[in-house]
Amino acid sequence: MNKFYLDYLEELESEAMYVIREVWAQFEKPVILFSGGKDSIVVTHLAQKAFYPARIPFKLMHVDTGHNFPETIAFRDAIAKEKNVEMIVASVQESIDTGRVQEEKGKNATRNALQTTTLLDAIEKHGIDCAIGGARRDEEKARAKERFFSHRDDFGQWDPKNQRPELWNILNGHHYQGEHFRAFPISNWTEMDVWNYINREQIKIPNLYLAHERKVVWMNDAWIPYSEYLSHVDPNDVVTKKIRFRTLGDITITGGMESDADTIDKIILEVAALKQTERGNRSDDKRSETAMEDRKKQGYF
Amino acid sequence: MNIDDNQLLRFTTAGSVDDGKSTLIGRLLYDSKSIFQDQINAVENSSKQKGLDSIDLAMFTDGLRDEREQGITIDVAYRYFTTPKRKFIIADTPGHIQYTRNMVTGASTANVALILIDARHGVIEQTRRHAFIASLLNIPHIIVCVNKMDLVGYDEQVYNKIVKDFEEFSSKMLTRDITFIPMSALHGDNVVHRSEHMKWYPAAPLLYTLETLHISSDLNKLDLRFPVQTVLRPQLQGFEDYRGYAGRLSSGVVRVGDEITALPSGFTSKIASINVGEQEVKEAFAPMSVAITLEDDIDIARGDMIVRSNNQPELSQEFDVMVCWLNEKPSQPRKKYKIMHANNEQVCMIRQKVYKLDIETLKREETTEEFHMNEIGRITLKISKALMIDTYRENRITGSVILVDEQTHETVAAGMIV
Repeated sequence: MNKFYLDYLEELESEAMYVIREVWAQFEKPVILFSGGKDSIVVTHLAQKAFYPARIPFKLMHVDTGHNFPETIAFRDAIAKEKNVEMIVASVQESIDTGRVQEEKGKNATRNALQTTTLLDAIEKHGIDCAIGGARRDEEKARAKERFFSHRDDFGQWDPKNQRPELWNILNGHHYQGEHFRAFPISNWTEMDVWNYINREQIKIPNLYLAHERKVVWMNDAWIPYSEYLSHVDPNDVVTKKIRFRTLGDITITGGMESDADTIDKIILEVAALKQTERGNRSDDKRSETAMEDRKKQGYF
Repeated sequence: MNIDDNQLLRFTTAGSVDDGKSTLIGRLLYDSKSIFQDQINAVENSSKQKGLDSIDLAMFTDGLRDEREQGITIDVAYRYFTTPKRKFIIADTPGHIQYTRNMVTGASTANVALILIDARHGVIEQTRRHAFIASLLNIPHIIVCVNKMDLVGYDEQVYNKIVKDFEEFSSKMLTRDITFIPMSALHGDNVVHRSEHMKWYPAAPLLYTLETLHISSDLNKLDLRFPVQTVLRPQLQGFEDYRGYAGRLSSGVVRVGDEITALPSGFTSKIASINVGEQEVKEAFAPMSVAITLEDDIDIARGDMIVRSNNQPELSQEFDVMVCWLNEKPSQPRKKYKIMHANNEQVCMIRQKVYKLDIETLKREETTEEFHMNEIGRITLKISKALMIDTYRENRITGSVILVDEQTHETVAAGMIV
């Protein structure tokens, strides 16, 4: 090492490790929100790097909508085993069964919004005071103003107009009992940074991100994977396409894109040439112009 | 694209809608092809709904609902774009006087400040205030964007007068590296592409300037300051005796074998190993996050600092800071605040107010009055236990503090050690 400056991926990595270590130092019971998506996989990788040679000192928590890709669940369980960390599973199905939330009805019904209640219930039940997430500011305009340490009131709500200023690298995690924080170590990363980092660090990701053949249905301007949860679908509309997913959410709303990118290198080339934003295929963001902002205020990720 | 050597540059933009700040950022993103087609479509639709003929570039940077309704930026918003040469983070802050605290926040991490001037109005009070904040926060580089040149007929004389006026007052500032660029964000002159209308301007447009600015020396590489964030005790097989100190170097370089002193205890030892995750390295420099082990088993905890034995910060319980008040609740006499500094936390009291700055005129005024939100001035702090400090001029990390209200837990003030 002869140069005395970091390249931008090294700098982003160093910043993220710093934030994760601050969470550990300032909170009693933090968890990593693990969705099985690439962003939370990168956060988990960074946590391992931040505490090596010690184990990751946090539990992971997965908010399970019950409408998952089977591949996501298998990947989740494999990670927990490999990293030797406990995985808390918070179940949306349980929230529905116990009457905490009611399933949406109609053609575009999803369980996406229901996750908020399940998440907040789990945070309370397990006494969690900080949930580390993989959200990035470049994903959506409401996220562009998130802090590294984002304060939530005791209803779990985010008040974008009353955020704590964050200066230099000083992170203020002070809070009352019952309140919690969300921490976003990869705030400053873009989709491209995440892919370049996965490539550089050789991080394992679910094969869903790579191009593969799958039965899909054209809905809301995207290829939605065909699954048992899709009602109202005419079997004649189901086709087989070579697709990959840019983001992984609920299987009912995550649109795939037609692609031949079956290696990380090819994905990077493809992402560089893309004309659509990453969440452009997420129907949950298309409901209105401020859909994300409204959900975040209520306590969404 | 080879990304292995590309650096990260953080810049802040202070200015109001009237200066065309949002248009400038929109132009930078649009012309550098950093905007996705669906975002362009969305903005085109909204522009049409508002009855505009052409696409409103400013809308690319508009964030939350309240802002879109009021047409102002009320908070710091972060934007990202990448060119084949660099990755950029923009801290986009509102420029009105009542948002000084947002400007200070955005400026605290920036390598570069873009200061916008409306060519029709020249250097005004707001310009002086923005330049002052950039200098106060010790931003290493300033780029003065003389915007709206199209509205003054791309006149070189107008531009030269503005440069002269700016230089007159900036000679007193800390920032030495100041670049001037005449431009029209609305029409794209000298933002990404060279202007056809201003052939008299010989230097590079804005983007090229941002891509090539020398920033490697912005960070202090002389004084080793390693604040300890947390102690790693793995208690795993093979690591029974491992005791690592995890942290991010604030400044300087550290090598295996270096003689160090741990503060505040004063115990000395040598660096045994340095790790970035699993990878063992021989040396590390700011701003790397590493784990360090020492040859001797000495007592070090979070908030302590590892430094080179022959180059130490000051241990001080009473010092002056330039403060910017951030909270709606004004400062209170005799009230205790938590003070956070370099992963250390103590209790402090404002012992004395030295002066307040009138941020319109930049005149100092002695006052017994408390500090209100957005006010800037100099105060003396008394700390419950000594902190390991440097001056902010020498070190932006070990020279900065925040004050936290003990009751509300809110961050109420930012301080730069004088």
